[in-house]
Amino acid sequence: MAELKVNIRKLSLKNPVTTASGTFGYGTEYADFMNIERLGGIFVKGTTLEPREGNPYPRMAETTAGMLNAVGLQNKGVDYFIRSLYPGIKDLDTNVIVNVSGSTIESYVACAEMIATLDKIPAIELNISCPNVKKGGMSFGVTPEGAAEVVRAVRKVYPNVLIVKLSPNVTDITEIARAVEAEGADSVSLINTLLGMAIDVRKRKPVLSTITGGLSGPCVKPVALRMVWQTYQAVKIPIIGLGGIASWEDAVEFLLAGATAIQIGTANFIDPAISVKVIEGIEAYCDASGIKAVSELTGALDTSMLSSK
Amino acid sequence: MKKYMINMTVTESKSLHNSYCLLKLTSDKALPEIRPGQFVQVWVDHSPTTFLRRPISVHYVDKIKNELWLLIQKVGDGTRSMATYPPGDILNLLLPLGNGFTIPASADGKQKLLLVGGGVGVAPLLFLGACLKMEGFEPHFLLGARTKDELLQLEYFRQFGTIYTTTEDGSHGEKGFVTHHSILKNVRFDQIYTCGPKPMMRAVAGYAFSAAIPCEVSLENTMACGIGACLCCVEDTHEGNVCVCTEGPVFNIDKLKWQN
Repeated sequence: MAELKVNIRKLSLKNPVTTASGTFGYGTEYADFMNIERLGGIFVKGTTLEPREGNPYPRMAETTAGMLNAVGLQNKGVDYFIRSLYPGIKDLDTNVIVNVSGSTIESYVACAEMIATLDKIPAIELNISCPNVKKGGMSFGVTPEGAAEVVRAVRKVYPNVLIVKLSPNVTDITEIARAVEAEGADSVSLINTLLGMAIDVRKRKPVLSTITGGLSGPCVKPVALRMVWQTYQAVKIPIIGLGGIASWEDAVEFLLAGATAIQIGTANFIDPAISVKVIEGIEAYCDASGIKAVSELTGALDTSMLSSK
Repeated sequence: MKKYMINMTVTESKSLHNSYCLLKLTSDKALPEIRPGQFVQVWVDHSPTTFLRRPISVHYVDKIKNELWLLIQKVGDGTRSMATYPPGDILNLLLPLGNGFTIPASADGKQKLLLVGGGVGVAPLLFLGACLKMEGFEPHFLLGARTKDELLQLEYFRQFGTIYTTTEDGSHGEKGFVTHHSILKNVRFDQIYTCGPKPMMRAVAGYAFSAAIPCEVSLENTMACGIGACLCCVEDTHEGNVCVCTEGPVFNIDKLKWQN
């Protein structure tokens, strides 16, 4: 049996399969369908300093091989998380990682400081890439300077593993990745959703209340994979890959492209037990290919055809 | 209530009018308890343009045959595809999802319960009517459609209570919308349940508000996960944005911002 354990710096995952923020609630929503403790980690719903109502309905549009969402970080705030949600998930035998979002540098910092007080939360994922909020969110994540500024401020107050979630809505994602690495980020996760839109031609109106929204699902996978590959060439910190992963083969592609771990997002909506199937598929693939540890796959893409020409 | 992901086999697929289909499904294992008003999420195979599951109301549960009935309106590629599944096909479902209608505590033979449905929205009212009847109530169904051909499953509704109908063209029952039916003027109901197009439900809710009759509506906001994870199907309520899939799909109208 292959060793499935991987490390994101000092964060140890029992396997490289985790679930993406905003697609898995707080984990408990899925407990009827699978053993959530089999996961390497659960990235819980984006959490902000103050409660947020999110955007008006409609917030979702189905697309070919994917969906657009414009939820807008609806959550009950970090106080509610600590008081009412944390007690129910802190003793899970998996890593519960909080996705932290904000509208100002100060709000990111204050939220991260509060999460830092929770013993059983070993890491945060700093969301500088949500396309669905007017203030903050993605605006920090689309320039190296903006990204560096948030990470610098949060790094000062947050001692545990700091993962930064990157936006694909940029000219060169590697610049952003390098900027956050330079400020002390332990890892980057990519990609967040791609900005998109949908129109109802009969009504001649946008489908989403916000006109634009974030695209996810299998349709974004090739873009995400390419960005993970490029980022792997650019930074030394471990990468958590996500974007359209819906099978163990998809997951292995991300590992080969350079990811140390992966997140499953939109696919959870179609098969709420998909992540367990991905874990089992990766394990079977390793065993069948004589791979002793799944970590050997990270960046193991064979590009020898480039040099043999 | 515990949720399940199960494979079910199509036992019957029956075309109703041009745009509707009745799909009957069975399972090797006994179906879990399902309440009227709850829904299922169907994984739609064989439709490349359909990405997400389709949320469909539970139309009826035949406990003796271990059958689940779904009444499907062919709206887009997903539902059209579902209407083509032949007997023997296997469907993957998540169930039971959401909260159901509230059944009054005890039947004393006096409560007058009105179930108002329009179009495919009549679907959950058959199972609700069946459960009410079993609890000793005498449900009254007020069912509306554009034409008599689109009044669905009348022979089944008739088994569980009294039927009143309206059609827009006057081809069956009273002409007009459900909210114009004379029964609303002639009888004082104690409880209303409704499911159908949103304008119809809002009109029914408006009637219930003005007559001070408790009323529950079943919403069908577009959804992705169906289990409260994605927060896409929210309804703006007096308690803020709440998920229709987990807090609903059935809501008491007092909770909604529907009072004009």
